[in-house]
Amino acid sequence: MAFYVVQFLTGLASAASLFLVASGLSIIFGVTRIVNFAHGAFYMIGAYIAFTLTERFSGAFGFWGGVVMAALAVALIGVIVEMVLLRRIYHAPELFQLLGTFGLTLMVEDLVVLIWGPDDLVGRRAPGFKGAVDFFGQNIPSYDLFLIVLGPVVLGILWLLFQRTRWGVLVRAATQDRDMVAALGVNQKWLFTSVFAVGVFLAALGGALQIPRDAVHHAMDLRIIVEVFVVVVIGGLGSIVGAFVAAVLVSELNAFGILIFPKISIILVFLVMAVVLIVRPWGLFGKPEAAARKTPGLTVNPWRPLTSNERLAALAALIVAAMLPLFAGNYALTVGSEIAIFVIFAVSLHFLMSVGGLASFGHAAYFGLGAYGVAFLAKMAGLPMIVCLLLGPLLGCMGAAVFGFFAVQLSGVYFAMLTLAFAQIVWSIAFQWVSVTGGDNGILGIWPEKWAASPSHFYWLALGVTALVTIALRVAVFSPFGYALRATRDSVLRSEAVGINAKRIQWTAFVIAGTTAGIGGALFAYLKGSVFPDNLGISLSVDALVMVLLGGVETVSGGVVGAIVYKALNIWLVSQTDLSKLVLGGFIVLIVVVLPKGIVGMLEMLAQRRRKASPPGSSLLAKPIESAE
Amino acid sequence: MSVATPLLAVEGLTKSYGGIHAVRGVSFSLRAGEILALIGPNGAGKSTCFDMLNGQNRPDSGHVRLLGEATTGKKPREIWRLGVGRTFQITATFATMTVRENVQVALISHEKQLFSLWGSAPNFDRGEAGRLLELVGMGGYADRPCGELAYGDLKRLELAVALANEPKLLLMDEPTAGMAPRERVDLMRLTARIAREKSIGVLFTEHDMDVVFEHADRIIVLNRGTLIAEGSPAEVRGNPQVQAVYLGEGLVYDARHREGASS
Repeated sequence: MAFYVVQFLTGLASAASLFLVASGLSIIFGVTRIVNFAHGAFYMIGAYIAFTLTERFSGAFGFWGGVVMAALAVALIGVIVEMVLLRRIYHAPELFQLLGTFGLTLMVEDLVVLIWGPDDLVGRRAPGFKGAVDFFGQNIPSYDLFLIVLGPVVLGILWLLFQRTRWGVLVRAATQDRDMVAALGVNQKWLFTSVFAVGVFLAALGGALQIPRDAVHHAMDLRIIVEVFVVVVIGGLGSIVGAFVAAVLVSELNAFGILIFPKISIILVFLVMAVVLIVRPWGLFGKPEAAARKTPGLTVNPWRPLTSNERLAALAALIVAAMLPLFAGNYALTVGSEIAIFVIFAVSLHFLMSVGGLASFGHAAYFGLGAYGVAFLAKMAGLPMIVCLLLGPLLGCMGAAVFGFFAVQLSGVYFAMLTLAFAQIVWSIAFQWVSVTGGDNGILGIWPEKWAASPSHFYWLALGVTALVTIALRVAVFSPFGYALRATRDSVLRSEAVGINAKRIQWTAFVIAGTTAGIGGALFAYLKGSVFPDNLGISLSVDALVMVLLGGVETVSGGVVGAIVYKALNIWLVSQTDLSKLVLGGFIVLIVVVLPKGIVGMLEMLAQRRRKASPPGSSLLAKPIESAE
Repeated sequence: MSVATPLLAVEGLTKSYGGIHAVRGVSFSLRAGEILALIGPNGAGKSTCFDMLNGQNRPDSGHVRLLGEATTGKKPREIWRLGVGRTFQITATFATMTVRENVQVALISHEKQLFSLWGSAPNFDRGEAGRLLELVGMGGYADRPCGELAYGDLKRLELAVALANEPKLLLMDEPTAGMAPRERVDLMRLTARIAREKSIGVLFTEHDMDVVFEHADRIIVLNRGTLIAEGSPAEVRGNPQVQAVYLGEGLVYDARHREGASS
């Protein structure tokens, strides 16, 4: 019995940090409508700076002062980020905001390693809370008890702040209707900046307070952000009480989940989240979101199938690509195969995002499931390659069917967060379930059979499949289903009013995209000869998003172009620098700010500008189309 | 006058939000080819009533029957499949698609081809889509992106979309709101003509009394959630209770109002 009580208290202590970070995210979202992906990064910087300060200044004053100073310092960084980056993208579609802040996260990951080194850092214990309390023979660290008290205290302070101060009233008003608050003469710029600073302060404080409990390392940002997304999805985005309750719930599920499913404890959290989403899609304490802003892809350039000339041009490009083995070496062919596979991956996400308006932040899950599908079939069942290639993607299909069912219940940022959380769950299973997946060591020795073994043969195989997949998806865009999917993207209200079951259409699209990604993953497993949890990791999901954005989310062929340019750049970059994340992150931020329409979108715009003397009437960012809902 | 089964039969429709009775025991019916206006001052319960007819809102009690079939509790898309077209107070269209594509989506849905992955949607029922657009006078706009249209044209496009499933009943929520006076007249004339030709029943809510009295065959008046009058335009115009509701706080109204509030 005592053991369970201690386990419960440990869960409560973990909830404190989670609550701090989640409430910060919620406050920022409430006012600015930005889901700050970089929140985990601020949490991590908070921990690192607190580590440095507490090492430098000893004693109780040094420790507690260091923790608070660290949080303040990070809040200051937050203010700079808000003024330099976020102010430029407040009116951009939410996808761009998520990506911009994600680019920031990538940059921070490399910067942190650059400054503090790649090793785990173990911080000091808190003065005054070094010991443990005996509870019927079980030890509870007294610092845990401090954290357990701290959570409700912070909740109370936040409540007072929002109910009793003028600033709090403004924040609550802006959460309800920020345009009205602006119309009443409130200086919105500084309101947003101050809110962002408070949110970042909370995140950094959460990170700083963790140092006596956990080692500080450079991957803690992604771990916390996924948990925080789960917390706000369960608790309801924008609700501080919801963040508190959900943080406690998730922490307790983690604490007890380890006892029930020691290997895959995260399953329990997933199940609870699934139930909450079915019963209350907007979270336990959230309010149903009134007509989410339309996500990507609003364009006034009507889509049309390729003309016969354009088809010939595409065919010519394919023939040129097929002639690569005549003059290129083995390394170039391997790179070519990889690029082809990433084209499959990118077009599958592009289909979901541009046609369906569903920005999945966890698309790598289905790519990786396809790869693992092949690995299981080839290594365990010993099936021939062609069978593996055909059946392997079915694992991606099944994953997409299960997760997609829940994901399409939501839209906009909730959809993005949920798909990310699902992908992270799949990643955790691949990582933790060592007996089946090999864990971190992956599954090795998946080599193609003789007929496809040489680099040129494999290249032709990959190129052929890529061409087929791209054509099939293009046909789907201009099929009745493609129209129905675009209809649900433009207006769910109108879709339902003409008899379209929007969720089922979107679910189908999700499964199509997941299966297609699985095809890419299946080829990838044979290309690399192995599969690893990284094949379904967040960074791969983000690669896909960047490829789509780079190509242009408002176009039909953006996925292909984006994948080729991005992957070629990426491979070259990794061979040139150790700080690839820093450069990549900077690149993403740059795209978001400078090139929101992507390469193909830019080209189309230039072509249009040349055709008409006058500039095109509307751009996505300058003048969002009024969607009637 | 009365037909065996009316196109639409509404009986004792009731809905409250918290302690407020938005709609109380409203009953009326609508025949094929008839144009029925639902009017009343702001807050009378028109929109609540409307939402219960098209499936966006579930009544606390009461029934809605369409051609004898109960539609209470059905989703909007299921009600559409029964043959109900609708237009919205604030237009809802597919903004990134062309005018023709907007109609084609409705035709694809009507012919149950929504999940068809093969076949060319740009050529799907092109002729029928063109005819519907001609019918509402939008034939020349077929290739225009919907997002570029003027508001009055969007309303006409909505009408074409609403007609795509050969509806028996059209539900139009403030069809002329936000339009110029000239456009209002044109749109309602068009609607009336189509309704008579195809024998479609039309139920519309409206604030513009000129539009109502010119085009409605029959008018029902809601006030504070209850039906206070029903009849031809001339009858409704002469009804003292309606005049009181619309023209101001006369003595008659005041007394009744107090009675109503205390009961």
